[in-house]
Amino acid sequence: MDVVIWSRLQFAMTAAYHWLFVPLTLGLALVMAVMETLYVVKKDDFWRKTAQFWMKVFAINFAVGIATGIILEFEFGTNWSNYSWFVGDMFGAPLAIEGILAFFMEATFFAVMFFGWDKVSKRFHLASTWLTGIGATISAYWILVANGWMQNPVGTTFNPDTVRSEMASALAFWEVISNPVAVSKFFHSVTSGWVTGGVFVVAVSGWYLLKGRETQFAKKSMLIGAIVGLVGSAAVMLSGDSSGVHAAEFQPMKLAAAEGLENGGRRAPFSIVPGVKIPGMLSILATHDLDGFVPGINDILNGYTDNDGNVIPSVAEKMEKGRKALDALAVYRELRESDPDSAAVARAILDENVQYMGYGHLEKPEDVVPPVGVVFWSFRFMIGLGMLMALMLLLALWFVWKDKLENKRWFFIAALCCIPLVYICGQCGWIVAEVGRQPWTIQGLLPVNVAISSLSAGAVKTTFFLFLAIFALFLFIEIRIMLGAIRKGPQITED
Amino acid sequence: MAGLLKNIGRFYRDGFKNQTWGRPLIWLVVLKFFILFAILRVFFFRPALAGMTDAEKSEAVGETLTRNHHMDHNNTGTYNLKD
Repeated sequence: MDVVIWSRLQFAMTAAYHWLFVPLTLGLALVMAVMETLYVVKKDDFWRKTAQFWMKVFAINFAVGIATGIILEFEFGTNWSNYSWFVGDMFGAPLAIEGILAFFMEATFFAVMFFGWDKVSKRFHLASTWLTGIGATISAYWILVANGWMQNPVGTTFNPDTVRSEMASALAFWEVISNPVAVSKFFHSVTSGWVTGGVFVVAVSGWYLLKGRETQFAKKSMLIGAIVGLVGSAAVMLSGDSSGVHAAEFQPMKLAAAEGLENGGRRAPFSIVPGVKIPGMLSILATHDLDGFVPGINDILNGYTDNDGNVIPSVAEKMEKGRKALDALAVYRELRESDPDSAAVARAILDENVQYMGYGHLEKPEDVVPPVGVVFWSFRFMIGLGMLMALMLLLALWFVWKDKLENKRWFFIAALCCIPLVYICGQCGWIVAEVGRQPWTIQGLLPVNVAISSLSAGAVKTTFFLFLAIFALFLFIEIRIMLGAIRKGPQITED
Repeated sequence: MAGLLKNIGRFYRDGFKNQTWGRPLIWLVVLKFFILFAILRVFFFRPALAGMTDAEKSEAVGETLTRNHHMDHNNTGTYNLKD
């Protein structure tokens, strides 16, 4: 395998590892904040101890997950140096804000939350618990602003002198932070974290009930977990709908790959599995119109007219324009000092074709097609598992509400099985998002094979396996510490 | 102001000191930061463009982007591909 594949694998592994910790952090933050609110409102010490137990689990997850995202930034500089330089402040600014914000909010409120019981007022402590969760959520927003910009590079202009993407206007920063792709991605990712947190709390509570331990704690935790998880599930479905619409608008190839749609059209069917289709459903999901046109892979390759009447050129035409842009960039850079007039002509040609610049690096039109099988099946696993999680959470809520948890051994075991499944669901979502946008690091502007540093595959391979070993070790330690904490339990004396 | 800072410092110091189950986690975080910044960052993850000026970075990335696109220019506003 070449250096591009190894670098992508390494980045994918690091991002997937990072995403093992983030959703549980986001979900448990909400669960424990709700529990502590109940403690402050009801003045019932039971809720304080319940919140403290889930805070302990939160802390273990947080401690192992902390800084795993920093490794991604190391990789940007080392493996993806051309990309890092090319994106400039468009990508750097949101990440810098996230780093500073995360550090200050976490160092302040996380510390008050853990060290501040009985040292600060109840209300200040409660505010700190909420702000810890809000801080983590805001951090996620900035990261997803950066990611959203890669999927839909708004508010940017390419500077051929610096070879960097720069803010196009004074309002560009607003365009970047309100990028519709980033906004829907933020809601989709954060609320999927609530589902993860909810499923985790329900499953662990089910384990206590299975063992006949901590009954009151487990039932009440299950109730909160189920409510948080179900609110998350509903929000995931709504934000998933807008993600689909945005994919159709900004990344139609990703949608076509996720559907395995070779030839598109109006009243396009949604494929549940190969051979089982719901007529017209894809048009409704992608355009909110039964007669909406959804382009398939071949339409995108050959060119089509979109729902607004815009003629979208074929990939071959885009490649030609992209080559013109790159040619003009080369001439501009060669002549900008010796022959400013000719450089100005080249600059004009570059500006005219710059939106297709990335296509100039492609060898053949088919290079824009991502691995369809991977995206298609990841999409189905994500949706299928997401619905299974919602069903499990609904059952948990029903059983707790009706006080029918006696002899529900099958349900407790099923809930435990949902812990790995909810993680697989989240990972599949990211596979759809990231594999589905291949070959681009920045949609239409920079493909992966140009974004890469000039490194040897051997060097990347070495760090890949080094990471694999370190990640596996830390994950093993986390699971051991967490299982130990769960086995010990909340140690609440029950009436 | 000095009193406030002192109180904050004491709050953190006592917090760390009074940890029971949290103590191994703190050590775990310290170990992780050591591995990340003192080993991985220093020995394995040197930025590929480190040590270059901004102009040199622009040159290097520009060269990669236009690697196969060096042109002849005939001063008429048209360009012919050289290679």
